[in-house]
Amino acid sequence: MSGHSNLYEVPGRRGVIRNRVLAAVITAAFAWLGYVVYARFDERDQWAAEKWQPLLRADVWTTFILPGLEGTLKAAGLGIVLAGAFGLVFATARMSDHAWIRVPAAAVVEFFRAVPLLLLIFCAFFGSFALTGTTMSPFAAVVLGLTLYNGSVIAETLRAGVNSLPKGQAEAARALGMPKGQMMVLVLMPQAIVAMMPAIISQFIVLLKDSALGFIVGYDELVDRGLNGIAANFSNVIPAALLVAAIFIAINTALDALARWLQQRISKGRKVTRGPARDTATPQPAPMDNALAKPL
Amino acid sequence: MDALFTERATILAAFWMTLRLTAVSALGSLVLGTVLSGMRVSPLPVLRTASQVYVTVARNTPLTLVLLFTSLGVGANLGVEFSAQISVNNYWLAVLGLTAYTSAFVCEALRSGINTVPVGQAEAARAVGLGFGQTLGFVVLPQAFRAVIPPLGSILIALTKNTTVALVAGVAEASVRMREMIEIYGDQVIQIFLGFAAGFLVLCLPTGLLFGWLSRRLAVAR
Repeated sequence: MSGHSNLYEVPGRRGVIRNRVLAAVITAAFAWLGYVVYARFDERDQWAAEKWQPLLRADVWTTFILPGLEGTLKAAGLGIVLAGAFGLVFATARMSDHAWIRVPAAAVVEFFRAVPLLLLIFCAFFGSFALTGTTMSPFAAVVLGLTLYNGSVIAETLRAGVNSLPKGQAEAARALGMPKGQMMVLVLMPQAIVAMMPAIISQFIVLLKDSALGFIVGYDELVDRGLNGIAANFSNVIPAALLVAAIFIAINTALDALARWLQQRISKGRKVTRGPARDTATPQPAPMDNALAKPL
Repeated sequence: MDALFTERATILAAFWMTLRLTAVSALGSLVLGTVLSGMRVSPLPVLRTASQVYVTVARNTPLTLVLLFTSLGVGANLGVEFSAQISVNNYWLAVLGLTAYTSAFVCEALRSGINTVPVGQAEAARAVGLGFGQTLGFVVLPQAFRAVIPPLGSILIALTKNTTVALVAGVAEASVRMREMIEIYGDQVIQIFLGFAAGFLVLCLPTGLLFGWLSRRLAVAR
């Protein structure tokens, strides 16, 4: 699909020629830029084979890249589980009928959303000895920070999800005589989680990227192993950084594709289940609510 | 509270740096993000692809890595030098990294804004003979901007908080000072943390309110 073809006319004969000339000029400009970068890196021997070959060696992968990836995935994985749990608990608490639960929960969520994650990690890591008498491991500090920040964001996402549900869901649960807690756990939350899954996965991508902040407090993860491990041994900062970036981009693109696929599935499901029974033989109009999220 | 009071000059200087990083990177990202979104909808496939590749790479790379890359790759290896003074040079390299990262999000927001502009607007523009640049610049983008003010506000708030990562590029902003202070005044960790957190609340709350007001005021009536 060519996307915004309505922004310009289909080019005529002169237009086609003009577009081709422009495309050639722009391609040449990009190529020139690429060449400048290549030449500057070349001056500093960044393309030398001995800087790139280590990235293909099995022992480099087993000593640096795979353990680094394991560290990243461990922090991000535990962060995802804990942030999810934190989000569920605080979303429910913030919608409580009791002000003494609702108000503190709101304060906690708003506070951790507003404070930069790095400050949270610093406070946990550098402040832990003064506060508790024991030094927190970098791993624990990173996971704690990731949980508090992303958990708060997920709590807000889930709350928005519950608020977006049709009123009849809560009314039906009440009519069945369900207490508030049961209504939340059995009726509203499951639907909110499904409806908000794409947004929640996007937040997990943010969490995975933010786990790289662990590098700053010396947590043994991918950026650390790449830049302090590989680059220190083979003095190849640029190749090592490019490899680490490529790994992050690959994982995140896969998660992003998953979020989009879920989004499409959810909007398809809605088309079938929403509203009274329809004549399935006549084609239904496409749902409009997904127009913004749809990739070009 | 003693530490926060004794060190108030250092803290204010740190937040002034945070503010400068935020303001300049925000302007840069707005310009670059607009250009990228224009490229994304342009008639030339080479521009569309370039913008798409750029956004995918910038959005999916951790900011820590982006900033390390601007200071090690662009600064040390490409030999880009903004100033002979190291602190000034580091500041501009950090601005470059923050701009490179944030503009990808601005581009995505604007692109969804372009999608909300009714098709008839661009069709009418073409009917009176406007070309692609005019249609986009005079008709579609002004309406798209007004539709995406809330997400732009969220991006600006995220950018304000993201400036703390500029410490990997060697910029002495709020996070650097907080770490130093926690190490010196170990008995006042909570106060110091809350003080710096309050600083960010002071920066971010008005931003949120301003953008909420702007989005109501500038909403396109349809």
